[in-house]
Amino acid sequence: MSATGDVTGSAALATRERRNIDSEPAEGTQVMTYREALRLALREEMSRDEHVFVMGEEVGVFDGAYKVTAGLMEEFGEDRVRDTPIAEEGFVGAGVGAAMLGERPVVEIMTINFLLVAMDQVINHAAKIGAMFGGEVRCPLVIRTPNGAGNQLTAQHSQSFDGWFAGTPGLKVVAPATPADAKGLLKAAIRDDDPVLVIENLPIYKQRGEVPLDPDFVVPIGRAQVLREGSDVTLVSHSYATVRALAVAEQLASEHGVSAEVVDLRSLRPLDVETVAASVAKTNRAVCVEEGWPSYGVTAELATRIQHACFDDLDAPVERVGMAEVPLPYAKNLELAAMPNNDRIAGAVLATLGLAPKDR
Amino acid sequence: MPVATASRKARAADDDGAHVAGLTPEVRRELYETMVLSRVFETEAERQYKAARIGGYCHLSSGQEATTVGVVHAMQSDDLLVTGYRSHGFALARGTSPEAVMAELFGREDGCAHGRGGSMHILDVTRGYYGGWGIVAGQLPVATGLALALVRQGKPQAVVCELGDGAVNMGAWHESLNLAALWRLPIVFLVVNNEYGMGTAVARASAEPELWKRASAYRMHGERVDGDDLDAVYEATDRLLRAAREDRRPAVLEAMTYRYRGHSVADAGLAYRTKDEIAKRRQRDPIVHVAEQLRGEGVSDEELAAIDARADERIAASVEFANASVEPSVARLAAGMHAGGSAEQFARMRPGSAFGEQALTFDAGLGA
Repeated sequence: MSATGDVTGSAALATRERRNIDSEPAEGTQVMTYREALRLALREEMSRDEHVFVMGEEVGVFDGAYKVTAGLMEEFGEDRVRDTPIAEEGFVGAGVGAAMLGERPVVEIMTINFLLVAMDQVINHAAKIGAMFGGEVRCPLVIRTPNGAGNQLTAQHSQSFDGWFAGTPGLKVVAPATPADAKGLLKAAIRDDDPVLVIENLPIYKQRGEVPLDPDFVVPIGRAQVLREGSDVTLVSHSYATVRALAVAEQLASEHGVSAEVVDLRSLRPLDVETVAASVAKTNRAVCVEEGWPSYGVTAELATRIQHACFDDLDAPVERVGMAEVPLPYAKNLELAAMPNNDRIAGAVLATLGLAPKDR
Repeated sequence: MPVATASRKARAADDDGAHVAGLTPEVRRELYETMVLSRVFETEAERQYKAARIGGYCHLSSGQEATTVGVVHAMQSDDLLVTGYRSHGFALARGTSPEAVMAELFGREDGCAHGRGGSMHILDVTRGYYGGWGIVAGQLPVATGLALALVRQGKPQAVVCELGDGAVNMGAWHESLNLAALWRLPIVFLVVNNEYGMGTAVARASAEPELWKRASAYRMHGERVDGDDLDAVYEATDRLLRAAREDRRPAVLEAMTYRYRGHSVADAGLAYRTKDEIAKRRQRDPIVHVAEQLRGEGVSDEELAAIDARADERIAASVEFANASVEPSVARLAAGMHAGGSAEQFARMRPGSAFGEQALTFDAGLGA
């Protein structure tokens, strides 16, 4: 279990960080990491509303396993930044109860793998409250947690359950891919009156980007964003898969003259099918990418939505790319072989365009 | 289950003749050698991690050797062991070769999990070690189930289930203790209390910081032992394992110890404790303590130095072995995932991606 500090990072991210530092940030924004953007959102919301409080393992004295909450205990005190025992079912459930009385708990789960221990509280309690009690009581709970694989964390610590949660009525699920969206979606989640799962991602924590400083800046839940315009094919993705999709789109443009549009979902539930369908109607081809296992996953949902909304527009079957369907192995070469990567995404795009063999 | 109980009694009678209370000087010297081996292994693992030959999470047990080695020595060869993720030392104490453990950390085919598990998931089924597990307290119900199987199968041995002080606040702890007591399962829950669950001191996480006392909620025997005292750890574990084997009496044993390194290699271990505290604890280093005992029993400094040198050599050889071992084959990415015959079941599941089930080759296992 558990990390201390980041063991993540790649040459590609480092390059992007340098590039972003070099450029002048737009007015009213500041360049910061995804991690800092989340921290800023927490700080702003805690300052705005005294009902907002943070709890989780190592969030206080230790500054957070991935340092998202660094300095917050010092600033807001131990009452509002609560270190918990290792007891996910207990403190997620306590978040549910506190939220029912109007508190705005932001519960940190060290990684999404440990949320499984609290699954009953999330699925069978938090998600049920609004409907099961006929709207008599609400549960404005936020759970934030990183998902994803990499860095040889092995089978029990290398997973993405986005689809499981996004398939649960009663929950809202967001998964920001950029620092600005990290801030805006976390703030929207905290202000929302329903339980919202904010899925973060380990490799993105270090990524830098421009973040609006306006304390009233929020990103609406349920709205996707076209991050890159294109005309030949639509890449649909969320979270770290969006970082990959953007890199692949650049690579396809320079190496193959392919113009790829990238739609970043930002929210998984509610899902912005409209934006996805409008893009696919324009490009006539779709490749859906996720970090997790594709079978019964987010890309499975996307594929069926796209074929339904764009049946007459499609020039090729909807393609998807995700994790090899195995518990992730430890050995570096096996891990790399199992994870989605830029080459595999590019291969799927080229196959969809008839530029590469279909059977990979 | 009268049959099981009868065989347990019979087994106990057989064993009594061979049982020697306390550690003889010869045995203490052997155990000392294992403690040194474990310390050198962990030191080398940290070095290899920093040289990027080991990845993922890597949790070291330096400082906890008296607990690890004392407990494992009290186990019979057919007793079963389950641990959390701070697991290297347990494998070495159980007799798994440093080569197999180091190769696992290197992610190589000759590792004890064939490179699939890494640091947190060391195992050695031939020595009854059913795994290091990575989710806090997740191993407790599993270990309870092993004990249940032993009873159902009429087997006379017991299970040692290791956990950290952080695990006792999980629901799985309470549920497992209740089951073990309710069904009278042959299991000893070994709580390795090294004072911090990750960066959280025990008293900041546990309303009853004397963790052994929690056993009483299930009318189970609980006790605390100085985990840095090899003799005391052995004596207590031996006694509790006997009760488990012979009378199916489960127990909680809380071993008080300290980890010198951070929670994992990535943690400097200084954000939540002081250098002074660590230095103070190092003054009662269990390895130094046992060395003093051995000197008192007539072991010379030269002999002690020879033990150190042998450990250095063995660990150096394990690194060499791990380096030389091959990477696992990518073609066998799904090896072991499903039992034999499964390929046919998956044959009609069309690939939904580059890695649909059809693209994976299943084989039932990786053993030689």
